Amino acid sequence: MATATATTSSAVPATAFLRRQGANGGANRSLRWARNQHQRWSPRRSGAAVITAKFDLKPPPYPQDALEPHMSQNTMSFHWGKHHRAYVDNLNKQIVGTELQGKSLEDVMIRTYNKGDLLPPFNNAAQVWNHDFFWDSMKPGGGGKPSGELLKAIERDFGSFEKFSEEFRSAAATQFGSGWAWLVYTVNPRPSDGKELLVLKTPNAVNPLVLGYTALLTIDVWEHAYYLDYQNRRPDYISIFMEKLVSWDAVSAKLEVAKSRVA
Amino acid sequence: MALRPLLTRRTLASASGFSSNGGITTSFRGLQTFSLPDLPYDYGALQPAISGEIMQLHHQKHHQAYITNYNKALEQLHDAMSKGDAPAVVKLQSAIKFNGGGHVNHSIFWKNLAPIQGGGGEPPKGSLGWAIDNHFGSLDALVQKMNAEGAALQGSGWVWLGVDKELKKLVVETTSNQDPLVTKGPSLVPLIGIDVWEHAYYLQYKNVRPDYLKNIWKVINWKYASELYGKECP
Repeated sequence: MATATATTSSAVPATAFLRRQGANGGANRSLRWARNQHQRWSPRRSGAAVITAKFDLKPPPYPQDALEPHMSQNTMSFHWGKHHRAYVDNLNKQIVGTELQGKSLEDVMIRTYNKGDLLPPFNNAAQVWNHDFFWDSMKPGGGGKPSGELLKAIERDFGSFEKFSEEFRSAAATQFGSGWAWLVYTVNPRPSDGKELLVLKTPNAVNPLVLGYTALLTIDVWEHAYYLDYQNRRPDYISIFMEKLVSWDAVSAKLEVAKSRVA
Repeated sequence: MALRPLLTRRTLASASGFSSNGGITTSFRGLQTFSLPDLPYDYGALQPAISGEIMQLHHQKHHQAYITNYNKALEQLHDAMSKGDAPAVVKLQSAIKFNGGGHVNHSIFWKNLAPIQGGGGEPPKGSLGWAIDNHFGSLDALVQKMNAEGAALQGSGWVWLGVDKELKKLVVETTSNQDPLVTKGPSLVPLIGIDVWEHAYYLQYKNVRPDYLKNIWKVINWKYASELYGKECP
């Protein structure tokens, strides 16, 4: 019986995940939770006395109010504290005692995606993964333009950063109902036009991983992601996300990891 | 964000210059376009079950956007059809389903609601009341069933009480996104639809969709549903 809590890491070594090292470094982040009572994320639940393999609600790599005014603390407290937490809790309830228990999150996700014939735990599993990925896609003082290899790749595959930005915003704006827009990296199968980077949009909980891609960046366009701050004005939310929130550092790191796996 | 006090309904149809004959206008090109139907009550009239803030946004922004985009899609469809551009016609189907469905569904929804003073929440009598008791056991059982299905719906969609006009049977169904009830069965007629898109409740109920579902029954207009049922199952 596994005693470790399952994590969202894939087979890549943990050191490759630069996303954990924000301005404060991983070690200091938990101290900031305790010091800044009014800003901190709620402490993790201690869980049952019996140690079982279960998924945790991981806090984003920045304080709850760090994305103000672009994404309010109010929104974060509900989005992370209620929605994301519910996906984690409900997933744990759904898989306890089943053969999914003890497997990695990605494994649970792919198995329950079931080639599109979704099994009940999929929505919760995928939404846990999606939200972890979403918090990592943002940072305080984010936005602007990417640089280095990432910018080169974007310019190669989209023509220019502006053209990519337009395509990404359009995907986010036109995903009807609930869903996500993504920048993904694809090598296998290589698309016929030779492009490695693509913009995708997915409904509800579906993500590029279960479709065979490597995700680099996402924006949540479920209404709960923006309604408190922007109401019906999804395009405004998308603009602010691109201009003020997106963490190009995180995206670059993910591209580096993706390429190193292929090399 | 502050909204100014919402005391009066907006007669948007007359403000925009369209004739209010059911919200349909025939344009110069002979193409029928649509306009936002008036609400038969003030935005604040369904409080506290549904806040005035939500009603105004829902009506003036969300429903209006479906209508605007539906009209646009119809115009594009008209063009594509007259050019005989079959791929374009097919490609437009999703925009028509999304936005036309949004218009159809929300037009029903406003009629499904009524202020308490206007009979909102009053249980159905007559043949619909009987049919509900026969089919579901009780009105409460129907409500529990619809609430459970509405709460369990993943993403965006609607939960419906409908009547199969061929089989003369009541059904509870859910649809995704803005799919109208008829997508679940060609002989299904919607009697009551409850919008469970997050925009329908989030500002007031946040993530607690079950509370929204519990409370909306206080303003459900059973009179309208009963009349409709009486027509389909005389």
